[in-house]
Amino acid sequence: MKGFLYLCALGLVMLFATWAYQVNYRTKAEMDYVSELQRDIAAERQSLSVLRAEWAYLNRPERLRALVEMNFTELRLMPLHADHFAEIQDVAMPLPPMSGDIGALISGMMDTAGHADAEEDEP
Amino acid sequence: MIRRPLRPLARILRARASGQDPNKIEAEARAARMRGKRAAEKRRAENRLWLLAAVFLAAFAAVGGKMFILATTEAIEPVASVTTSPIVNQRADIVDRNGSILATNLITASLFAHPQDMIDRIAAAEGLAQIFPDLNADDLLRQFSGPRRFVWIRRKMSPEQQQAVYDLGEPGLQFGPRELRLYPNGAFAAHILGGTSFGREGVYAAEVIGTAGVELQFDTYLRDPANAGAPLQLSIDMPVQAALEQVLAGGMMLMNARAATAVLLEADTGRIVAMASLPDFDPNHRPLPPVSGDPADSPIFNRAGQGQYELGSTFKVFTAAQAMDSGFANPATMVDTSGPLVWGRYRIRDFHNYGAQLSLMDVIVKSSNIGSARLAMGMGADAQQEFLGRLGLLEPLSLELPESGRSRPTTPRRWSEISTMTISYGHGIAATPIHLAAAYASLVNGGLRVRPTLLLDSPLPTEADRVVSPETSANVREMLRAVVQRGTASLGNVDGYDVGGKTGTADKPIPTGGGYYEDRVIATFAGAFPMSNPQYVLVVTLDEPEDTTGTEPRRTAGWTAVPVAAEIIRRIAPLMGMHPNYANPAPVVLARQ
Repeated sequence: MKGFLYLCALGLVMLFATWAYQVNYRTKAEMDYVSELQRDIAAERQSLSVLRAEWAYLNRPERLRALVEMNFTELRLMPLHADHFAEIQDVAMPLPPMSGDIGALISGMMDTAGHADAEEDEP
Repeated sequence: MIRRPLRPLARILRARASGQDPNKIEAEARAARMRGKRAAEKRRAENRLWLLAAVFLAAFAAVGGKMFILATTEAIEPVASVTTSPIVNQRADIVDRNGSILATNLITASLFAHPQDMIDRIAAAEGLAQIFPDLNADDLLRQFSGPRRFVWIRRKMSPEQQQAVYDLGEPGLQFGPRELRLYPNGAFAAHILGGTSFGREGVYAAEVIGTAGVELQFDTYLRDPANAGAPLQLSIDMPVQAALEQVLAGGMMLMNARAATAVLLEADTGRIVAMASLPDFDPNHRPLPPVSGDPADSPIFNRAGQGQYELGSTFKVFTAAQAMDSGFANPATMVDTSGPLVWGRYRIRDFHNYGAQLSLMDVIVKSSNIGSARLAMGMGADAQQEFLGRLGLLEPLSLELPESGRSRPTTPRRWSEISTMTISYGHGIAATPIHLAAAYASLVNGGLRVRPTLLLDSPLPTEADRVVSPETSANVREMLRAVVQRGTASLGNVDGYDVGGKTGTADKPIPTGGGYYEDRVIATFAGAFPMSNPQYVLVVTLDEPEDTTGTEPRRTAGWTAVPVAAEIIRRIAPLMGMHPNYANPAPVVLARQ
């Protein structure tokens, strides 16, 4: 009886020792993984800061100004001017519901187009 | 186990039959039994000894083996936990009010050479001279051929240059990491940012320290790891600053000025939205301070916060505000402007003769020196000194720039009566344009004193900071608007933005002493917009401007500083999201009566 108890105790000790070792090694593996991740994060942060610096460098006012001048024929970007603000009453009211008369519809569209052209021609 | 009897019956009977002593048999058996027992005991003792020896051997082997492993492997510190502190830069970024980057860091490399490791010194020297145009191949070769075993080549370089050096394939050229302070916008807000340089420097690391501007002022904050890399946010607005610098540079060129400066700040808070001083420099390559000549001629001189100028007639507004606030006069009070005003050996004249008297409003609108001198005399020197002190015009700036501490305005040693008279129209007192902008902001924002700041989270002025009453502030606003509508700053009108302001043209003092130049002026416009509820205060100062488009050169601020200021407002007001208001003549019409 006594011998059996000793045997059981020994078995338990072995069991727990194995378990403790396993946990220990798993923890170490996780810690290695974490430090690896942190190294990766540091590398990512560094490339992020380089990218941010490059983005800021590409968006420097001097370069944007040059780009605006280079692409003036296509984009026609001008410095923001007080006239560029619109009043709320300048916004057109929604068109009345469409009627069945196709001719009136077309002439209405042509009016709108002509109006848009006239606006564009303004300096 | 079969137990053998001590007296086996068969042998006893046989012994008895043969007449032998049966006891002998018993004794023999007893002895045999004894021998067997002893042998067993001996065996057991031996086994125990062997076991003990084995256990000890195993234990010693284990300890010895571990010691061997420890001795032959590299030591690793046991880690109980992994730190989770974020990896931050050596130096925090600087951003504008919208978060756009004004200063950041770039990891680059420094370059040094170990000439003893070099394979082809001539090729290395020529290759380096090609990559870095400022290096000379012959000098490099001389350094590589000398006895030195370590040669610095570059403190910092761009990633492209680093790659080019890699491509040389020379093992004697080596890199050390360097954190480089980068100002991606180049010569932009240069006097605000200042610059950096390397402090203590080793092969594998270098300390970046601020040398001027906010980089120096907030050096400890920027380097404090406790901030976890949080950027320093300034009140500067990048698009506005860029537009202001561009228009100011154009204006400086058109007006043939030597230098120019402009300050734009929020009228209610004193936060500086944009501030420029031209000529400027690229903070990536901050020039060294000049060793000879006037330090004010160097591009690193910040005219806005360091340059003290006699700001001329812009000071008349302070005289008028003092008169109205103390109850000495109101806008309609008539002031004696008959001239010239003779005081001892001094004669005070006006630009034109404005007749015998003008209302206080017209003294400002027409900018009468005689009128403001008479007003100041009527109120006395002490009252003037006290009022200017209340506006912060007699103390150094509290602005977050290293030069602020030395910005105390220059005032006469003895505040005599003639000083009182000249100071009333801005001569005899020299202040920085930021002083002027802050004082104007304090006058037009309803009367609360603002302190100029570069930070976005500065405290707001409270009722304890009151310098003039709201009524005085309203009167000052009317006067400033009238100056633009029908006075000396008529070119300053910008449709929709209700600009108001005051011009100032001051003759430049001769630096060697002895009076003023005849043909060199400091032209200043100090104004605010929109005048119905001023949000921004703008001060533009041109150094020695000369408008040569007319038949004779025009130098007064109305012809030089004012059009530049108007163009600045035209550009930046929409940028700041200010909606133009074309139908707001109300305060101005009232002012005309």
